Amino acid sequence: MMTNDKQSLQEVLKDLLGDRMVSVQEKLGETTIVVSAVDMLQVFTLLRDAADLRFVQMMDLCGMDYSEYGDGEWAGKRFAVVYHLLSHLHNRRLRVRVFAEEDDFPVIASVIDIWPSANWFEREAFDLFGIVFTGHPDLRRILTDYGFVGNPFRKDFPLSGHVEMRYDPEQQRVVYQPVTVEPREVTPRTVREETYGSH
Amino acid sequence: MPEIKNYTMNFGPQHPAAHGVLRLVLELDGEVVVRADPHIGLLHRATEKLAEHKTYLQSLPYMDRLDYVSMLSNEHAYVMAIEKLAGIEVPLRAQYIRVMYDEITRLLNHLMWLGAHGLDIGAMTVFLYCFREREDLMDAYEAVSGARMHAAYYRPGGVYRDLPDSMPQYEASKIHNAAAVKKMNVNRQGSLLDFLEDFTRRFPNHVDEYETLLTDNRIWKQRTVGIGVVTPERAIALGMSGPMLRGSGIEWDLRRKQPYAAYDELDFDIPVGRNGDTYDRYLVRVEEMRQSNHIIKQCISWLRANPGPVITSDHKYAPPARESMKQNMEELIHHFKLFTEGMHIAEGEAYAAVEHPKGEFGIYIVSDGANKPYRLKIRAPGFTHLSALDEMVRGHMIADVVTIIGTQDIVFGEIDR
Repeated sequence: MMTNDKQSLQEVLKDLLGDRMVSVQEKLGETTIVVSAVDMLQVFTLLRDAADLRFVQMMDLCGMDYSEYGDGEWAGKRFAVVYHLLSHLHNRRLRVRVFAEEDDFPVIASVIDIWPSANWFEREAFDLFGIVFTGHPDLRRILTDYGFVGNPFRKDFPLSGHVEMRYDPEQQRVVYQPVTVEPREVTPRTVREETYGSH
Repeated sequence: MPEIKNYTMNFGPQHPAAHGVLRLVLELDGEVVVRADPHIGLLHRATEKLAEHKTYLQSLPYMDRLDYVSMLSNEHAYVMAIEKLAGIEVPLRAQYIRVMYDEITRLLNHLMWLGAHGLDIGAMTVFLYCFREREDLMDAYEAVSGARMHAAYYRPGGVYRDLPDSMPQYEASKIHNAAAVKKMNVNRQGSLLDFLEDFTRRFPNHVDEYETLLTDNRIWKQRTVGIGVVTPERAIALGMSGPMLRGSGIEWDLRRKQPYAAYDELDFDIPVGRNGDTYDRYLVRVEEMRQSNHIIKQCISWLRANPGPVITSDHKYAPPARESMKQNMEELIHHFKLFTEGMHIAEGEAYAAVEHPKGEFGIYIVSDGANKPYRLKIRAPGFTHLSALDEMVRGHMIADVVTIIGTQDIVFGEIDR
């Protein structure tokens, strides 16, 4: 976890990946690289197998929706998948971000053949963000209800959802109906400049 | 002879061995499991989405409700991510208090696991013993935070307040007369640290009691040895962490490998298994309880010797003292801003992971500079472990499914989030 260690991680990445790395950034002691959706499988195989990297474990995979980032200042692609990799051998972590090419129908290749642990994480990102993972053998919803419509973690999906469920004593069964709760926000979201409040 | 076909059976979501709301669709060939398809999400509360609509401080109590048997470990990862992102310095005393409570939490978790796991496989007594010790630890939670389970005690920048100097006392009632109450209050006469020290003295004997009941027990071994074997290669590929990984013989513990809080100053061993079966994971967790006890002892003696502040003095992130707030205009503004608008975290992203009793528990926060996280991702260890259930139960008998759910230490609060 030393800084010179991290320096060498950046160098190793530059040597091995070269142009296939769209960007590399080091901040707060964490290294983040951005990889294009076209090269991702090649790059990931290299990250796992190269002797200087050996990122054998994929600890986390999550979907991202950047559409409202910084109150709409975001100019890049809307959807991304963020991978958190861990190397036991070198005791290092790496964050990889892959943006989906299309905003309307985000598609990203599945990494299930490289890291089997991706299975449920990809199902989760599919369920919550509607990101489609090509090559996933069993891409079903995982966290939401059976028969759920929509992708709840997208920024345009309201916190209260679209439907609510109640028991209807007349029909003697559970029915779905449009939500009756008013959307409310107790503390408004505010973005401040970085130097706000500093002495 | 009639033709025998595979049949599909539904297990849960209401089943005492499902550890919550797990629904399993099992495909069986006689009594042998051919395929298991866990259906999760019945406890999904969209914690991550809720956190996007709350200030950083308002989301903190949600963390207790993720893995609801190891509450403070979840909070620790959350406050660590915020501290990393905002660059907050945490006083050393707060770090030691956190470590001590993390280890108390580990004991709480492992005791709950051992009791429930034993009960699943048919060992009733262990459950009662484990809950006896959990009671004392929950009293320690209550003494410091006022809540027995959902403590909400850690804060970005430290912990809410210092350890109390006295313990609450039992009072005489219809059930316990004055003489009985006096006996119950014997170890509550001093401070919280005295109470915990008394506990750490007793606890190794209690672990011996559990081990007497289980470790060489013929039935226990028949039910656990060779069940749910995970090879080290598969454990890594399937993203396992914590005792699930160590049970397969891989020495990997974030407390030692990527030390956080005060762990690099403490002495403890990392137990590892050999065969990667349920029995080895049992041994690993039991040994972890002994090690946790050892860590708590070290923290107690350090905390006795080193008084000091327990929360950062940077009032952008932690509230000022009540008295100074009444006298100082700037402090009043800080207090007001902190509890209305909330703290602002600089733009960036951070991933902080702790060695949670179940494995690596990580919090990934993306901030765009607002008073609320832009995105919060919770990396729950149980989620990856449960995704490996299918592979682990294939070829086992249906009764072993219960054993394997138990050995994975499944808690739905964190899996469904």
